[in-house]
Amino acid sequence: MLKETTYLTHSFGKPDGYKLSAYEAAGGYAGVKQALSMTREAVVEEVKKAHVRGRGGAGFDAGTKWSFMPKQATKPCYLVINADEGEPGTFKDRAIMEQNPHSLVEGCIIGCYGIGAHAAYIYVRDELHLAKARLEGAIAEAKAKGYLGKTPFGKDYPVEIYVHTGAGAYICGEETSLLNSLEGRRGEPRLKPPFPAQYGAFGCPTTVNNVETIAIVPTVFDLGGDEFSKLSELHPFNDGGARLFGVSGHVKKPGLYEARVGLTLRELIYDLGGGVLGDRALIGVIPGGSSCPVHLPDEVVNVSDPRFAPYNGKSILDLPLGVDTFRMAGSMLGTCCAIVLSDAADPVLSLHNLMRFYKHESCGQCTPCREGCGWIERILDKIVAGEGSIEELDRIHDIASDITGNTICAFGDGAAQPALAFVRKYRKNFEDYVRTGGKSQTKRLTP
Amino acid sequence: MAFSLNVEQSRQLEQILERYPNKMAACIPVLHLCQEANGNWVSPEVIEFVSSRLDLSPAHVKGVVTFYTLFNQQPVGKHQVWVCRTLSCALRGSEQILAHCEKRLGCHAGGTSKDGKVTLRTAECLASCGTAPMMQVDKRYYENLTVEKVDSLLDELTR
Repeated sequence: MLKETTYLTHSFGKPDGYKLSAYEAAGGYAGVKQALSMTREAVVEEVKKAHVRGRGGAGFDAGTKWSFMPKQATKPCYLVINADEGEPGTFKDRAIMEQNPHSLVEGCIIGCYGIGAHAAYIYVRDELHLAKARLEGAIAEAKAKGYLGKTPFGKDYPVEIYVHTGAGAYICGEETSLLNSLEGRRGEPRLKPPFPAQYGAFGCPTTVNNVETIAIVPTVFDLGGDEFSKLSELHPFNDGGARLFGVSGHVKKPGLYEARVGLTLRELIYDLGGGVLGDRALIGVIPGGSSCPVHLPDEVVNVSDPRFAPYNGKSILDLPLGVDTFRMAGSMLGTCCAIVLSDAADPVLSLHNLMRFYKHESCGQCTPCREGCGWIERILDKIVAGEGSIEELDRIHDIASDITGNTICAFGDGAAQPALAFVRKYRKNFEDYVRTGGKSQTKRLTP
Repeated sequence: MAFSLNVEQSRQLEQILERYPNKMAACIPVLHLCQEANGNWVSPEVIEFVSSRLDLSPAHVKGVVTFYTLFNQQPVGKHQVWVCRTLSCALRGSEQILAHCEKRLGCHAGGTSKDGKVTLRTAECLASCGTAPMMQVDKRYYENLTVEKVDSLLDELTR
């Protein structure tokens, strides 16, 4: 159900909204004071109660992740913030860093305290120059006030936050690749185990969290963990609170909206997004960044879990956007940012566009992904040119299936998912390209 | 010609080093610093400088430089323009924006205008999908683009 909130977005669009004065006027830096008055264990418990599911795509419970950090560390511990936002369709972290950087700074202090770290690195992709400047500014403001440094808010628990910059590689959004990049290496993913909580940045215990995950943590302490979790309609699925929902592509009002968890794709597209551009027919929606499978509007939810009783038999557009709701329905929530395709968009060209992206961004470490993404792109080159065959169309399925599960990191699966879903769900459109050169297709992406 | 940093840049390098527990971690930020000091590209001399300054092998530094797309391995124009072309932008007309830039600058994506002022490139998703189509000019984002907006931007750059 649509219930808009403003926990993170209250400062959005205001000229001075990113400054400390505005943040404090809106009640900022109250949560961290609350957190620092508690024990470290109690902080982690509170975040667990809030059921903050990771906002970066995997949806792992943030409090649980924090609890993996060693209780008595023999080495320094680190908090690393993944601000390498680059998943096609996703644009929420950039907005937070540019327009509400203090929420991230406050979250970092709480996060460091919770996991036993004294330093946080915010890994920002290099292109986001404004975000970096705003973060540096916010850190300087917080330092000047004594909120950061040797004794944040008078507490004898030193915390420093550093902004680190990438250099243009989508793969560095993968956490182990990000750690390699932070250490000054090529951004190639590492094998897990060991997990970052045992062996992360500089060989030390590390927690890697997404920007939005950490930025919402102060709200957890403002409201209390239980209250925060109960904001969400999906509280029974342990998916709590409110989050940012992005919508892009063929909608009238693309952009970023904040609402309680429980919002549906239909509400995101038609209520918040203003409906499909030019009132055209909706032919598909990618729910959470390009690595999630595309959905047709007439797909029906059918899951045997009793919690799905209210949703079964309905369109996937009416299933609340949640980590487990979408996973159990055979999809993926990802970053909760929908890409909308109207009937003006050619699905074959859409997949062609995405596979070019994946081929370009594959780090090249694992053979199935490095070669497979290129093979799929080349087959699509032929199909789009009207020179493909049905045999080659079927081969896309084989190649994508062979990438899945056979790579070090999740990039391979992320590249295979869209290929598998597009080819299966828009089979007729692909066959039309093979048989007639795409005579009855729009052959364009724009209306 | 050997590459070196001026006093202010050397101070910035020292500040970067303070942020990390070891020198290697400074590799990417220091490469950015040096690239900018070297007219926006990483020459073999820059690689040599960074490797000796950070006690890394030149092979390591070169490996880093070749992995990331934002380190230029050749000289580029005075300004750099990136047109995002991934799906969300493509759905809102990035192809037309790119075609218009190519026409105006007289070069294809990947090339530099004849007067050496602008290097045109395509980019994959720049996290601005809600305000598509968009492009990055040097360090700034320009969003909700139209052909007219692009024209006035390019007018300024090529003036």
